[in-house]
Amino acid sequence: MTDHSKDLVTANIWRQLRHYTDARIGLGRAGISLPTSELLEFQLAHARARDAVHFPLAVGQLVESLSHLASTAIVSEPVCLHSQAADRFTYLQRPDLGRRLSQSAQDALLAAQNPEEPAPDLAVVIVDGLSSSAVQANVTPFLECFLGDLKQACQSWRLAPLTIVQQGRVAIGDEIGALLRARMVVVLIGERPGLSAPDSLGIYLTFGPKAGLSDAHRNCISNVRSAGLRFEDASQRLLYLIQEADRLKLSGVGLKDRTEEVVIENNQANNNFLTN
Amino acid sequence: MKHTFSHQVGGRTWHFRNLADLMAKATPARSGDRLAGVMAESAEERVVAQMRLAELPLKAFLSEALIPYEADEVTRLIMDDHDATAFWPVAHLTVGDFRNWLLSDHATPEVLAALRPGLTPEMVAAVSKLMRNQDLILVARKCRVQTAFRNTIGLPGHLSTRLQPNHPTDDMAGIAASILDGLLYGSGDAVIGINPATDNVAQATKLMRLTDDVISKYDIPTQSCVLTHVTNTLEAIELGAPVDLVFQSIAGTEATNSSFGFSLATLQEAQDAALSLNRGTVGRNVMYFETGQGSSLSADAHHGLDQQTCEARAYAVARRFNPLLVNTVVGFIGPEYLFDGKEIIRAGLEDHFCGKLLGVPMGCDICYTNHAEADQNDMDNLLTLLGVAGCTFIMGIPGSDDIMLNYQTTSFHDALYARRALDLKPAPEFAAWLERMNIFEDVARYEPSSELPPVFRNSLKGVSGEAGHD
Repeated sequence: MTDHSKDLVTANIWRQLRHYTDARIGLGRAGISLPTSELLEFQLAHARARDAVHFPLAVGQLVESLSHLASTAIVSEPVCLHSQAADRFTYLQRPDLGRRLSQSAQDALLAAQNPEEPAPDLAVVIVDGLSSSAVQANVTPFLECFLGDLKQACQSWRLAPLTIVQQGRVAIGDEIGALLRARMVVVLIGERPGLSAPDSLGIYLTFGPKAGLSDAHRNCISNVRSAGLRFEDASQRLLYLIQEADRLKLSGVGLKDRTEEVVIENNQANNNFLTN
Repeated sequence: MKHTFSHQVGGRTWHFRNLADLMAKATPARSGDRLAGVMAESAEERVVAQMRLAELPLKAFLSEALIPYEADEVTRLIMDDHDATAFWPVAHLTVGDFRNWLLSDHATPEVLAALRPGLTPEMVAAVSKLMRNQDLILVARKCRVQTAFRNTIGLPGHLSTRLQPNHPTDDMAGIAASILDGLLYGSGDAVIGINPATDNVAQATKLMRLTDDVISKYDIPTQSCVLTHVTNTLEAIELGAPVDLVFQSIAGTEATNSSFGFSLATLQEAQDAALSLNRGTVGRNVMYFETGQGSSLSADAHHGLDQQTCEARAYAVARRFNPLLVNTVVGFIGPEYLFDGKEIIRAGLEDHFCGKLLGVPMGCDICYTNHAEADQNDMDNLLTLLGVAGCTFIMGIPGSDDIMLNYQTTSFHDALYARRALDLKPAPEFAAWLERMNIFEDVARYEPSSELPPVFRNSLKGVSGEAGHD
């Protein structure tokens, strides 16, 4: 902006309070409206979120980056699947179709496994969800971390083939887990993008997956990304949930994530500067 | 659901299974009704349904319940509370003539106010389906619904704002920072209302004390609310927490409400508890409700009704408890219910109209999520239209970005735009406070002061730079 903008825009001195919050406070004003710079900042954030929703997942690129993972030596080539939602337009309006596998995907999945082999303990399902950029950016580094941790903690576990689903919702993991005869399924899915984070990954765990289970049967770890919940921490939390689910033979509301309570207790200080 | 309905246009006769089917097929297109499988199958079928609905006597809704009386306490509330005397002036009309009557000069603000107890949500939903956006605006403008707690909400020519200072970890300084930002932009006369990130009694109580402290210290003529479950608020009241308003999300079917974990009796208990605290200074409206089209379908509790009719029934629940504020959170639920800006705008106008005609102090969370086909321009349009329609209140968020709920709603700046473009004033008690505190330099032009008002200078002294960070 030029020097003129100083006269045209009224700045807000309380903008310094931004170190307390990511909220867009102290934006200043042009007349009573948003200054141009703040308007464009917002538009950029919204544009990134829209792109995250609408850019298709680059499956080939994802398969390529997964193949470089040292720890994926324990899993085979990913199987690429599609939900019953044919395109993004349908996907956004018909969540029911995003929860079910297409017929050809079901066939591909059955063909990919050997019924002679014992049933796997865990299936990992990668789903585009509402943010392809979340999947693109976070799945590979997260799995690097998690598959390493899992190998250490549960040495004898059998992993089902990795699957990658396009136009999928969380619940599609349960159908996949059931078809793969897996004891548990972990879904890595792009969360609905926010303005501040267009690339948040969500992780869902179901014990005893089968089609038609409700949210009450799943545990969730949210906001997994480099600037959110770190991969190492997310991996530890997921491992904890998996081991608890294995012990209790259930997941969902009956399985409490005790690792969360620590976070809440940290936040009891009253630092309300308006009244202190 | 006894009757079937048919209608002849040209050489063709169209059939509708029952009243619910007729209502659903007469509804302007939206994705939620498509998802539910109740939508008209063609544009022509929709208009034919509207033509058939226009011929239906309003009285029909009194003898034919869309959800059986025995099966649903919301239906019982609607039927049992219906006032036949108040209904008399329009008792002879069809739905189509009711639209004509509403638009005519017979329907003055006084006549419309007297009519309220005679109208059921289904009558109001039915007529809205025949109305264009401008009809919804023009009639809503004639409906005056006034409520009060520590200030007066809903006067003609006024628009109030809920200051919504949410924070993803309920950080006290983060919430205080957003409250300060909002107050300095003149926001918060409807309520200072926080959605807690962690939903339990201890956390809610902590946030109630925070807002109560701010309101007391600066002597703000407004009220606070923590948007936690009604049973949490009841428990907080028992523990002595400073509760101004009781919040609950409500819907238009008993099954939806029970999936939300409450019944009408729970709301009655909560209203009584809040009234017993006697915290209002100029009025005794102590409830704050939120609604939104699609919630019943989402809970699989819609009984085959279209989502707009379900929504209107929620206002019958609301009006029983004399709320200070009712808010339709119109674009929050996502594109599977309201797909794009056009559907969100239509739904916002319908909800506002239906609420106002039934006598509910209707506000609107003019909002969208990033996976809906909508943007800031759509919100500008709806804000302007609702401003013209006389909407009771809107939300206020720093820069439109709710960093806790991850959606976009109206900003503090947006409210000032609506005030200036349409000359809409804040609640009078609050406007006087803004002037007294030097927050507005020019109240008539809604112009915030360029200097930090003296009373807030001290509060900011201790927090300049990183030093203030805990």
